[in-house]
Amino acid sequence: MTDLVDTLAAQLGAGVVEQTRFRDERTLVVDRAHLGPALDAAFGVGFTVLTDLTAVDRHPGVPRFEVVYLLTSMVPPARLRLKVRVADGETVLSATGRWPGANWLEREVYDLFGIRFDGHPDLTRILLPDDWEGYPLRKDFALVEEPVQFIGHTPKVPSQIIPKSKQP
Amino acid sequence: MSELTRETLVLNMGPQHPATHGVLRVMLELEGEVIMGAKPVIGYLHTGFEKEMETRTYHQNIVFPPRIEYLATFIEEQAYVLAVEKLLGISAPPRATMIRLILAELSRIASHLVYLGTGAMDLNVSSLLMYCFRDREEILDIFEMVSGQRMMHGYFRIGGLQWDVPDGFAERVRTFIKTFPSRLDEFETLLTDNLIWRERTEGVAVLSAEDALRYGCTGPLLRGSGVSYDVRKAFPYGGYDEFTFDVPVGEAGDAFDRYRVRMEEMRQSLRILQQALDRLPDGPVLIDDRKVALPPRGELVRSMEAVIHQFKLVSEGIHPPAGEVYAAVESPRGEKGYYIVSDGSNRPWRVRVRAASFNNLQALPVMLAHGSVADVVVAIASIDIVLGDVDR
Repeated sequence: MTDLVDTLAAQLGAGVVEQTRFRDERTLVVDRAHLGPALDAAFGVGFTVLTDLTAVDRHPGVPRFEVVYLLTSMVPPARLRLKVRVADGETVLSATGRWPGANWLEREVYDLFGIRFDGHPDLTRILLPDDWEGYPLRKDFALVEEPVQFIGHTPKVPSQIIPKSKQP
Repeated sequence: MSELTRETLVLNMGPQHPATHGVLRVMLELEGEVIMGAKPVIGYLHTGFEKEMETRTYHQNIVFPPRIEYLATFIEEQAYVLAVEKLLGISAPPRATMIRLILAELSRIASHLVYLGTGAMDLNVSSLLMYCFRDREEILDIFEMVSGQRMMHGYFRIGGLQWDVPDGFAERVRTFIKTFPSRLDEFETLLTDNLIWRERTEGVAVLSAEDALRYGCTGPLLRGSGVSYDVRKAFPYGGYDEFTFDVPVGEAGDAFDRYRVRMEEMRQSLRILQQALDRLPDGPVLIDDRKVALPPRGELVRSMEAVIHQFKLVSEGIHPPAGEVYAAVESPRGEKGYYIVSDGSNRPWRVRVRAASFNNLQALPVMLAHGSVADVVVAIASIDIVLGDVDR
């Protein structure tokens, strides 16, 4: 049986920036300009289900974000992680055209990371209130305790909640 | 028809509503009794688990998973520890793996019983809720016997289990396996051929296989639509490849098919439990790697080395190699996965919880389109959402 990921990598050619294999999991990093064709090609070779779409903040790394697509082929069973690296402020092509299920997933990434998706029908906050400021899953969003007005309550300073090394 | 009668009405359902199984708000656009559009509004239970998990060590994080999906607690713990074990490149001893599997299948039954009880109560079969919770309580008693807690166990460890199961565990599970099939038959007598139940669920909240796949739905929702995808079969984990069991699928993709799939899944879980008990091996329940698992209590008074290991693990934790893994399990609601990115430090750089309920709920507007207002509660119940899982 030929490996679906190898077939895909061969099809994409120069669009693949990096390939990794860790614990038998395959990851392809594609160029931002090639994301649309890469997703189409992945669908074409059999990765027809978008299982998950998320992002990772590599702050202070450059480019800052990785948008991660977890694609699944049901028959034969195979998984592929497709990544695209984006800098702060750059946009990513929306996958909602191919998978309507990407709608909420992209809204969640926008909500928590502040990455915008081109062509998304309704890019609004999904988990947090509409008037929330900042993007909590960014590494420079400090985890602090909200002030609570209880008698005898002393709010903790941030360093007690979040380790020093991770503070901006 | 004049323009006046074509006007649609927006009806707000929730967030506080007894039939939303949590804190869910659905905005319904109605034309008379017919639903023209629906928009679920979520986030009321968002607590930032993913952010929290970045600030704690791998061991400390074990307490979070059962709080995310509070109806299938052991399956959730299993997903997290499997992901960390994959990252470390280790696996738990055979006895620990088997005990995890037994507890996971019991969790599946417990969760499906909540679906059945609350789903039926939404259609006014209130007696069934009592029966289902009676049997669920038996499972929770077994959980309490094993871990000391009914729900938020924290019993699984990276590389095994906290401690071995107490004496009498296997007998207790065997007793449950013996008594439960007749109870299931009772439930089916109440519902399966009940005219009201069938009329309220057949042909209601229909989701085609194609739509289910496009929306990334998994679990009984996808299988009810006729797609035979079960993580236990497709990407076997935790020893499931050694067991004989069937994956039930439906045809119509309606609420009734989902009900049938879940009923059959409970029977299949009993089959797995029977096989697992028959071949439960002896041996240790925690890996013998002092860089990962705590040393046994007895060693602490004799060995200085054990004390040092204990201190290092408790104060600093484990340092997995840099890399990223995704480990998925089949939860009662579908594919539940943990995507962990490690930078080589003692805390995960990023933990992403792939929640089955999140994707499943997204297909709600498709199921509701052109249906009747009365079917909204049936549709929500048939997805079997856990809002903690949706909002994380």
